[in-house]
Amino acid sequence: MKRAVVTGIGVVAPNGLTTEDFWAATLKGRSGIREVEFGDTRYSARFGGRITDFDDKRHIPSRLLPQTDRMTRLALYAAESAFRDAELDPEAVAGYGSGVTLSNAAGGFALSHRELKKLWGEGPKSVSAYLSFAWFYACNSGQISIRHGLRGPSAALVAEQAGGLDAIGYSRRSVRRGTRMVLTGGVESALDPWGWISHISSGRVARPAAADRAFLPFGTDAAGYVPGEGGAVMVLEDRDEADARRAPRRYGEIAGYAATFDPAPGTGRPPGLRRAAENALADAGLAPADIDVVFADGAGSPDLDRAEAEAISAVFGPRAVPVSVPKALVGRLYAGGAPLDVATALLSIRDDVIPPVPAAVEPDPEYGIDLVVGEPRHVPVRRALVLARGRGGFNSAVVVTAAA
Amino acid sequence: MNRRTVITGMAVRTPGGGSTKEFWDLISNGRSATRVITRFDPSPYRSQVVGECDFDPQLENLTPREIRRMDRAAQFGVVCAREALADSGLDTADLDPAKVAVSVGSAIGSPTSLEHEYRILSDGGRHWEVDEAYLSPHMFDFMVPSAIVKEVAWAVGAEGPAMMVSDGCTSGMDAIGHARDLITEGSADIVVAGGTDASISPMVVACFDAIKATTPRIDEPERACRPFDRTRNGFVLAEGAAMLVLEEYEHARRRGARVYGEVAGYATRCNAYHMTGLKTDGIEMAEAVRHALDEARANPTDVDYINAHGSGTTQNDRHETAAFKRSLGEHAYRTPVSGIKSMIGHSLGAIGAIEIAACALALVNDVVPPTANLHEPDPECDLDYVPLTAREARLDTVLSVGSGFGGFQSAVVLHGPRKAAA
Repeated sequence: MKRAVVTGIGVVAPNGLTTEDFWAATLKGRSGIREVEFGDTRYSARFGGRITDFDDKRHIPSRLLPQTDRMTRLALYAAESAFRDAELDPEAVAGYGSGVTLSNAAGGFALSHRELKKLWGEGPKSVSAYLSFAWFYACNSGQISIRHGLRGPSAALVAEQAGGLDAIGYSRRSVRRGTRMVLTGGVESALDPWGWISHISSGRVARPAAADRAFLPFGTDAAGYVPGEGGAVMVLEDRDEADARRAPRRYGEIAGYAATFDPAPGTGRPPGLRRAAENALADAGLAPADIDVVFADGAGSPDLDRAEAEAISAVFGPRAVPVSVPKALVGRLYAGGAPLDVATALLSIRDDVIPPVPAAVEPDPEYGIDLVVGEPRHVPVRRALVLARGRGGFNSAVVVTAAA
Repeated sequence: MNRRTVITGMAVRTPGGGSTKEFWDLISNGRSATRVITRFDPSPYRSQVVGECDFDPQLENLTPREIRRMDRAAQFGVVCAREALADSGLDTADLDPAKVAVSVGSAIGSPTSLEHEYRILSDGGRHWEVDEAYLSPHMFDFMVPSAIVKEVAWAVGAEGPAMMVSDGCTSGMDAIGHARDLITEGSADIVVAGGTDASISPMVVACFDAIKATTPRIDEPERACRPFDRTRNGFVLAEGAAMLVLEEYEHARRRGARVYGEVAGYATRCNAYHMTGLKTDGIEMAEAVRHALDEARANPTDVDYINAHGSGTTQNDRHETAAFKRSLGEHAYRTPVSGIKSMIGHSLGAIGAIEIAACALALVNDVVPPTANLHEPDPECDLDYVPLTAREARLDTVLSVGSGFGGFQSAVVLHGPRKAAA
């Protein structure tokens, strides 16, 4: 069977606009969680993972600016970064052999908001032609396909926060079936006022007093998550093709993937995260003891943290594997979150170091997991498990391994 | 081991089609159900003719809480999923929930609810900084449309892989293609798969007005959508849903299930050209068709019927006509081609699944549904588009294609029950 390896990473994160800046920030515990301000209006939650150094005019061709929401601009930028990192000229691989499959969760919310305000404030004739495509969930995949000439199997998947891993699993299938290269991952942004309070409506957004206490997954003081923007796009290549073109980097292989769904409420059946992890390990042909680190979903709500800790302990045994939640520094990025975790896992493998959760997290001892807190842990990392859950019951897991 | 995927259950809700039987009666008789918007005042809009479903969630047995928390698209999806499962004869008590998956296509998620909530939060568009005091607890699930998948998964007791495929107007077809792949690779034995979109909201009507993609024709509303006709001038926005029960062939055979057909081939490609525009050459769609035929181990000459995208825009008609010639060669001229959007409009991410349901019914009945409203053929479109009247024909292999914003071009090849059993 063909093997899918990551040969390029493009990160766009609240604590770093390049892979190396993000990685340095993640290891040093530098946070991208900041106050989210909307004029004089005060909302009940005020901290989010915001990207403040993205220069639209510098990073995006001017002709694309009018027709793109912020989510698409960030995605175009991440895709371009991934190609550059892979030292892959899109023109050289353009055609049916190359595709793009990204996840998206909220669409181009700020653009929808702007156009709805025009529609209801000024009337239908004021609505922009770009509303016909610039907000919808396939927009990032479509714009990247067009910009880089990618004509192969492509898609956009939605499974809230789990969808980013589904996109990676879907893309691995494309590679296995003969597509030489797929851009995969996810990027999200919905931080306009309507998007912001829509996040709040999940009922799980933290309302802390200070940014550094905002998102404390698996901590005794965990009180919700912080919404953020950004994500990661990766170049996923058929290993033989990467070898043939002497790709400069092979961050690792997507060795296992699985997705499950939680039972409907009231059935009394167990949740599906454990099964997703076990299925992904089986898919990779690995045993729990082979895994060096788990990048957890880390919802940051006590009930969800407990459920995840139980799943991890059930698979690995109590405190048997290091666990980290680097998203504690950037917030919950929805479709962008899990791809950023996969990128982080690949960097952990590259540098043999596990990034920590911030020192502000006081691990709840009842969870029985070995949470890496405060300082990076320098240990050999060859194989990592990445977990993600999506609101409603979506569970996905990906196993990444050092490229052989 | 080659795991094959067959269709063993289906349910649809379309304009003029409140049940699978009504749907088939409508399209096999060449009747159109498009009409002037009744759900809100159409007068401010350029395009006023749409395809609306006469869908009453209470009559469809949804509970008050289900109705409150679900967008109309989710309601369509859940109703169809339950009905499709019943139609398949599967008893969920006998199934391993871990081997039941869900794959739902939707292009635009929950626009009706998003717009409804927006109007409240902004007080009718007055305030940019919306008022949190009016926030609905269901807002998040309208923002993130995988909530629709959740509802379908709950409705059918699925605990396998579940996700939404949102590739614009090929979503429904791509969701079925993904479902087929889940069965082929062994991730599921049963997939409840299809598409749903509830598109008739001011925001959606206005956005297609803005690019003049929808027809402005108002007189004779049932004749508004005219694919392949010289006088066509845009598509007719519609809503609807179809859910299919896809089942691994041996699983279906062991229980003696009725088989509508086999999902034998699927492929998708991108034109990498324009978010909304199509070239006239149809190259990428032809590539998808060729690949889908390869997967089905079918030759171009095996294709007995083509269910066209047939949206009713000039660029589409010419694009896909070229694609059929490019992929099927001379056989394209001998193959009946029809567009059912002429009767039920274009329900965006749902229509690909509805059209696959129509193809399965065509295979079961050996009947080609017609292209309604085709009186004056466009001389640039010179294939056999089955105008006005259905045609009896022995059908064993049919092709359905779709084309979507973002550049997606997809194709599905279905084998009928005779061939699936062979």
